[in-house]
Amino acid sequence: MKITQISVFIENESGRLHEVTGLLGNNNINIRALSLADTSDFGILRLIVNEPDKAYRLLRENEFTVGRTEVLAVEVPDNPGGLAGVLGTLSKASINVEYMYALVERSTDSAVMIFRFDDTSKAVDVLTASGYKLMKGEQIYEI
Amino acid sequence: MIWNEEYETLPREALEALQFRRLKSLLETVYARVPFYKAKFDECGVKPDDLKTLSDLGKFPFTYKQDLRDNYPFGMFAVPQEQVVRIHASSGTTGKPTVVGYTRRDIDTWSELMARTLSGAGIGKGDILQNAYGYGLFTGGLGAHYGAEKIGASVIPISGGNSKRQLMIMKDFGSTAISCTPSYALSLFEVAEEEGYDVKSMPIKVGVFGAEPWTNEMRTEIESKWGIDAVDIYGLSEIIGPGVAFECIEAKNGMHISEDHFIVETIDPETGENVPFGEPGELVFTTITKEAIPLIRYRTRDIAIINRQPCKCGRTNVRMSKVMGRSDDMLIIRGVNVFPSQIEAVLVEKKGVLPHYLLEVDRVDNLDTLEVKVEVEGSFFSDEIKELQRLTREIEKDIKDMIGVTCKVRLVEPKSIARSEGKAQRVIDKRKI
Repeated sequence: MKITQISVFIENESGRLHEVTGLLGNNNINIRALSLADTSDFGILRLIVNEPDKAYRLLRENEFTVGRTEVLAVEVPDNPGGLAGVLGTLSKASINVEYMYALVERSTDSAVMIFRFDDTSKAVDVLTASGYKLMKGEQIYEI
Repeated sequence: MIWNEEYETLPREALEALQFRRLKSLLETVYARVPFYKAKFDECGVKPDDLKTLSDLGKFPFTYKQDLRDNYPFGMFAVPQEQVVRIHASSGTTGKPTVVGYTRRDIDTWSELMARTLSGAGIGKGDILQNAYGYGLFTGGLGAHYGAEKIGASVIPISGGNSKRQLMIMKDFGSTAISCTPSYALSLFEVAEEEGYDVKSMPIKVGVFGAEPWTNEMRTEIESKWGIDAVDIYGLSEIIGPGVAFECIEAKNGMHISEDHFIVETIDPETGENVPFGEPGELVFTTITKEAIPLIRYRTRDIAIINRQPCKCGRTNVRMSKVMGRSDDMLIIRGVNVFPSQIEAVLVEKKGVLPHYLLEVDRVDNLDTLEVKVEVEGSFFSDEIKELQRLTREIEKDIKDMIGVTCKVRLVEPKSIARSEGKAQRVIDKRKI
């Protein structure tokens, strides 16, 4: 149920984001989803890609500071209040969302959100028990 | 083990009386015999008679390494050349070498100091000391050699290098102690592993390490790899060579300075004023028993802390910390003395390994600013902004606690700080004053 996310430390400097994405592109790695969190000094680029292990290796070899994190991809009903419903369930179970971002999903009618929780395993249990669908790694990587 | 019970455990009052007597006579000697000191004292308007108490030493001028260079080779000597039985010199990598001489009595003093040093490490009669400090113009080899003979140990004068032979001899002769630089001890261990020596089964039990700065982490590493005790020693050829200060094996916590031979002061390197013991300052030594080349208030440029707390080994003389930095590296930021090594200490603590870092000092609206750039490597990285920000704040706070100056920490990507082939450049001072 858990999906591997790659995170890259990037200084706020023009061209750096281009270098990361260019490196991935040239090595046939496809980006499924991304978010960029930034401060005035630096940013963290979070990526879901088709080949996370290869991407991780590649970035390390090119001397980027890179990390791997387990996240969840949750199918959220694509209607008003859909996301609020998911968050309500989590809130009741006292699970904290560290951050979240959207994934462009073309194969189902639902929206897909990537979540990073303080307690990922507990989040898996609570969400599945409440009937929400979690996407598997293979599904995401092969979209 | 205390070599010289009488002098190493002198009560402070008796020690200071002895220091005063010796200092008084030394000042008269140098004023009469060394033209450099006569000129310098006259220039400062002081006479040997102005020393009424020990604290009057502060009225006398400093001696700098440059003074030895200016008087190259023998201009600082206080005895005629026929009384000099030994001449040593520094390598002279930054110019002319610094030349030092020894009378027969100086050699005796030096042997006594190194006898104390080796005894402090628990070495004595019956031990076999493999002396892997370099023999030659460098003071390390012969300094340790004479001390070892004085205590009655068997010395192997093997000098540095040739690791395979070092190991063969260590095993075959059954060396019980080694003296060398700490980094050589580590490199010798690597060769031992390659050559298949089981060093822990050898009789070696202690190492006397000095001649370069090293950390406590390095001590732990050497001790666990070799299965020995490792003690630190301090010295510089201008003062006498090795033997100026040494750690006792009982405490391994700071190096005892032989105060019956040297008066130590710690000063603010900028103002030249004495700083209280317990605070970091530049070590300044006055040699009160040396004959050939006595030095008054010699500026070592080494920054350390003097500890006057009694030591559990029973010695009454003060202890100096490891050298924390060089006053030549000192920065003054908003009037506060800051050493890159202090910031380094904070960063090592946070990461476990030393990251590449750079201090950028600037002046904005008449106020000094300090920015510390730290490369974010894998072990340091988190995918959460708040985690990285928390870490940044934490380092900023720890640096503030350490140096008393507010700074801004900026996390930067690996390899973004320029590498240098020689000594790493740690500071960029952009201030235009």
